[in-house]
Amino acid sequence: MSQVPAELKYAKSHEWVRVLSDGRVEIGITDHAQSALGDLVFVDIPEVGRELAAGEACAVVESVKAASDVYTPIAGRVVESNAELATAPEQVNQDCYGSGWLLRLEPASADELAGLLSAEAYTELLAAQGN
Amino acid sequence: MARKTVLHALHLELGARMVDFGGWDMPVNYGSQIEEHHQVRRAAGIFDVSHMCVVDVRGEGVRTFLSRLLANDVAKLRQPGKALYSCMLNEAGGVLDDLIVYFLNDEWFRIVVNAGTRDADLAWMRARAEEWQVAVAIEERIDLAMLAVQGPLAREALADLLSESDRGAALALKPFFGCECGHWFVARTGYTGEDGFEVMLPAAEAEPTWRALNAAGVASCGLGARDTLRLEAGMNLYGNDMDATRHPLESGLAWTVALEPADRDFVGRAALEAARASGGVARLTGVLLEGRGVLRGHQKIFVQDREYGELTSGSYSPTLECSIGFARVAHDCPNRVEVDIRGKRLPARLVKLPFVRQGKKCFEIPSEESVS
Repeated sequence: MSQVPAELKYAKSHEWVRVLSDGRVEIGITDHAQSALGDLVFVDIPEVGRELAAGEACAVVESVKAASDVYTPIAGRVVESNAELATAPEQVNQDCYGSGWLLRLEPASADELAGLLSAEAYTELLAAQGN
Repeated sequence: MARKTVLHALHLELGARMVDFGGWDMPVNYGSQIEEHHQVRRAAGIFDVSHMCVVDVRGEGVRTFLSRLLANDVAKLRQPGKALYSCMLNEAGGVLDDLIVYFLNDEWFRIVVNAGTRDADLAWMRARAEEWQVAVAIEERIDLAMLAVQGPLAREALADLLSESDRGAALALKPFFGCECGHWFVARTGYTGEDGFEVMLPAAEAEPTWRALNAAGVASCGLGARDTLRLEAGMNLYGNDMDATRHPLESGLAWTVALEPADRDFVGRAALEAARASGGVARLTGVLLEGRGVLRGHQKIFVQDREYGELTSGSYSPTLECSIGFARVAHDCPNRVEVDIRGKRLPARLVKLPFVRQGKKCFEIPSEESVS
């Protein structure tokens, strides 16, 4: 069974969103996504300062098997990207909700968060997809 | 409905992630494919390759038949048990399949062909036998499972499951030889660049054999590790690196085509001779990405504004910890190139295959630019 932490928000495309104490948001890929991809060997993350629209392809995670786009669930400006993944992409496999985060955004609007899936709704989505 | 090997339930029990491969539901990994890769380079791993097709060809005319059917020359097979790697071509020289043929006796050869091409291969072989009016029986051995046990510790681990006399015979096999061990056929062949055995055995014996090897410390390995191991070892994958639209000379397989003796007529010979005579044949070569990123099939190779070809396979090399691949490039392509990865040009080097053999890096970066 995939882990789906209750305190996070989710997108149908298998990203998670965490609201940090300063109002910024942290984005990564879910346990289901990292498991489906297999061993990650390369992560391409956007540059700081880039403005992203909701649903825009903003990063690429590559496993031994395949490359996969990561879509930002909400709009915003990139304020930080996880530089450690350049040399240790396997952190996404090992700790996808912690040290394997991909990027942090200054959200364009706080309202967009309401449109994301709850942990419960994302769990149901996985079940409906046969996972 | 995907086809399943006799070990399908065991793969699920062992926690394998399954994928479709050539119409078969096969294990891609049992957790980490990189770990499985290292297990094979450093110790031993076991692969289910029962989706591949074992074909027995029997009859008085078998040697004559195969001499005409295959691009490599079965006349090289004189000692019982000897194996030969060959392409089977169409009249245009295109590769219908790559295969291994074993010489068992004067009226019995055994061929192992790829999973995705098995039905087409069988139909082709039977049609040629009929066309040439050769009396051979072509039998698909669906009663057999096939396991690949690979790695520096693999031969000992498998041999320990055999009777004392078979154990000695199996361990005495030279590379690219096989022998019958009771109901098993054990061959010192593989697709990883490591020492090891490929074993054909009655389907019912596959599961207990797999469990016994696991108990002896041989790791279960999926098709994911099999792909990175063969890539490092410089071995082609049918459907990626060659297919019916490409001939062996442009697929790194010229060494498998026996044009001597000149009077041996085999399917595709005229097309290959014409290609060789016209010159300028593209070549299949290794590619090493110099920076970060991952090479994949179909990425384009450039030098300045000229496109020289494209990748046929690409992935990450767990042994070298960088990205490697194969590319088919024009014969005059320089060794220092750029690869287009999602619109970015990244520097790469063309290198001679293989990348890795028996656990060790074995290519060199040319010290100066040259057009080879």
